[in-house]
Amino acid sequence: MYQIIKKVVLTPSIKLMEVDAPDIARKVEPGQFIILRIHEGGERIPLTVADFDREKGTVTIIFQEIGKTTLMLGTLEEGECILDFVGPLGVPSNFEGVKKAAVIGGGLGTAIAYPQAKKLHGMGVMVDTIVGFRNKDMIIFEKEIAQVSDRLFVTTDDGSNGRKGFVSDVLRILIEDGNKYDLVVAIGPLIMMKVVSNLTREYGIKTIVSMNPVMIDGTGMCGGCRVTVGGKTKFACVDGPDFDGHEVDFDEAMRRQSIYKNEEKISLEQHLCRLGGVLNA
Amino acid sequence: MPNMSFNKAPMPEQDPRERSRNFSEVSMGYTETLAKSEALRCLQCKGSPCMQGCPVNVRIPEFINLVAEGSYEEAYQVIRDTNSLPAICGRVCPQETQCEQYCVRGKKGEPVGIGRLERFVADWHMAHVQDTVGAVKKSGKKVAVIGSGPSGLTCAGDLAKKGYDVTVFEAFHAPGGVLMYGIPEFRLPKALVLKEIETVKQLGVQFEMNMVVGRIHSLDELTEAGYEAIFIGTGAGLPSFMGIPGENLNGVYSANEFLTRVNLMKAYQFPESDTPIKRGKNVAVIGGGNVAMDSARCAKRLGADHVYIIYRRSEVELPARREEVHHAKEEGIQFKLLTNPIRILGTEKGWVNCIECVSMELGEPDVSGRRRPIEVKGSEHSFDVDIVIIAIGTSPNPLIKMTTPGLNTQKWGGIIVNEETGATSREGVYAGGDAVTGAATVILAMGAGKKAATAIDEFIKNKSGR
Repeated sequence: MYQIIKKVVLTPSIKLMEVDAPDIARKVEPGQFIILRIHEGGERIPLTVADFDREKGTVTIIFQEIGKTTLMLGTLEEGECILDFVGPLGVPSNFEGVKKAAVIGGGLGTAIAYPQAKKLHGMGVMVDTIVGFRNKDMIIFEKEIAQVSDRLFVTTDDGSNGRKGFVSDVLRILIEDGNKYDLVVAIGPLIMMKVVSNLTREYGIKTIVSMNPVMIDGTGMCGGCRVTVGGKTKFACVDGPDFDGHEVDFDEAMRRQSIYKNEEKISLEQHLCRLGGVLNA
Repeated sequence: MPNMSFNKAPMPEQDPRERSRNFSEVSMGYTETLAKSEALRCLQCKGSPCMQGCPVNVRIPEFINLVAEGSYEEAYQVIRDTNSLPAICGRVCPQETQCEQYCVRGKKGEPVGIGRLERFVADWHMAHVQDTVGAVKKSGKKVAVIGSGPSGLTCAGDLAKKGYDVTVFEAFHAPGGVLMYGIPEFRLPKALVLKEIETVKQLGVQFEMNMVVGRIHSLDELTEAGYEAIFIGTGAGLPSFMGIPGENLNGVYSANEFLTRVNLMKAYQFPESDTPIKRGKNVAVIGGGNVAMDSARCAKRLGADHVYIIYRRSEVELPARREEVHHAKEEGIQFKLLTNPIRILGTEKGWVNCIECVSMELGEPDVSGRRRPIEVKGSEHSFDVDIVIIAIGTSPNPLIKMTTPGLNTQKWGGIIVNEETGATSREGVYAGGDAVTGAATVILAMGAGKKAATAIDEFIKNKSGR
């Protein structure tokens, strides 16, 4: 059992939890993820590690409530426990030889890009961070990520805060202004990572994306998380989750992400229906 | 008087039409009367030829004699002396190529139903006897076992009996390895697996779940933490794909993923359990081993109208157990033999809707002695399917190898060991089971775990200069 030490509600649907997991906290590096299961009969879901504290022995996860499991996770409070918490999984990000980087986070991906920016910043790399949100109410982690960035650019799709438009628009401007990035790290929705990768391909800038496919075990024994990279099948859980954005088949990844869309809907509806039943009783 | 019937006492089974719609165990096991009658078929041969077929040397005639006398608990103790998981072995061992292959009664008629009797004895014990643990003198020395499948469980149990403090590290949230995630409920009930594991726990073995060794602890760190020896029993869990077009379409599963969802995550109970699975109307399973049979029979139970086994050789070469092939056929699984898939086709939205195959014929025997399948020119044909499950084999998971310098492995990933002891290229590190041999059987993995436990005991004793 893994106790929730701290819980912060970042937006009505995005929550942060610091979980007591000393063995994982001792080992985890930016780019890695955990898999959790809330209760007996629950499913295993992967979540990227957003932060960790080796001394306190905690691992921070940030998640958006989009389905049954994340909604149930969101109802857990400080002091309560998560049944299973496995990690660190995947390969840590490799930033060797990088001098100037652009870190791009989309929505929830901002929190997941945070440890990457923090690591790069800590290595003495010049870091420009671009984060994008749907609107001003969805902004998260602005202060934290600002602290590990040389420059921070915030965009909202509707212009309700920061610049109006997409993260890729800002990146294009920065590149055209003569910023010489030797690495771009893009983390967020598949479509955002695809757009960014297409953009940087034009300029020949190395780009790392963090894939988040459907997973079960996270240890390489099922291939449910397979992604085509450079024409070859890779398992995101053991070969990734970081991959070269110019090599990833994003269209296939988007298609595979929707495999259980109907089942996810059924599961959520049934869950909400039961909750309703309890509330009305 | 021995029972001279040529045939085994038949084992009661669920009706095929009934059972192909549920996940309850197919074979219901012997009653006392049936067990005694079958036990009386054993001739108590001098030299016990059956025993040479058992990788863990169960004293077969001795326990069968006790069954004939009605001394079931004594029979259980004889089995448990050398076999840590009898309720499992009695169910899933391929006895026809092991103990029963050497049974004298098999020369004229059917061999004695050794597996069925072992199962009866183990089930009888579970139902009637509360286990108690005898005091074991503790040596105060620690051993780490990586993986809680059959080899790890056996090694851990044997070491605990020898007085070691054993900790088993398991990556999943449940122990058992393939016994939990691979073999379905209808062949091996999970409650029973957990109960067998309970008997290993009672010996004092500690289990640490959710521990992906290689990622969370390296082998060096385990040594630093005071483990005097390490046993690697991580199995062969890396699925092979065929490399044909369409394998990444939605609706294509590795058998490992399909079976893990069904067995470990109980996706057949969705949405009562949270893990979803795609239910197909027409399901193709590629491969001819036990894993293919298990996948096909699960797909049938999930409500498929047609389930096809696609296998490139003919029926005689099917590597699955005869009994499982027989059960699959009874349940309406259709066999497309001498058939090989060449691509999987999908809808515009990327969902599987068709599989294209070629017919095969058998040529000359290859190096493995099996007749090589050759494509028949112009025999391309296709049929509609909405789920494809690939069950063409697995290889050892590379994670430990990747994170352990100095651990020598075969080109295909198997850990290289001394066959007698299970010792690897690293001092104090032993390995066994599928991690060494590639996908094999539960009982061979148990045999390897047993051998390694003996070798580890000697290694630690020599090290501490006793």
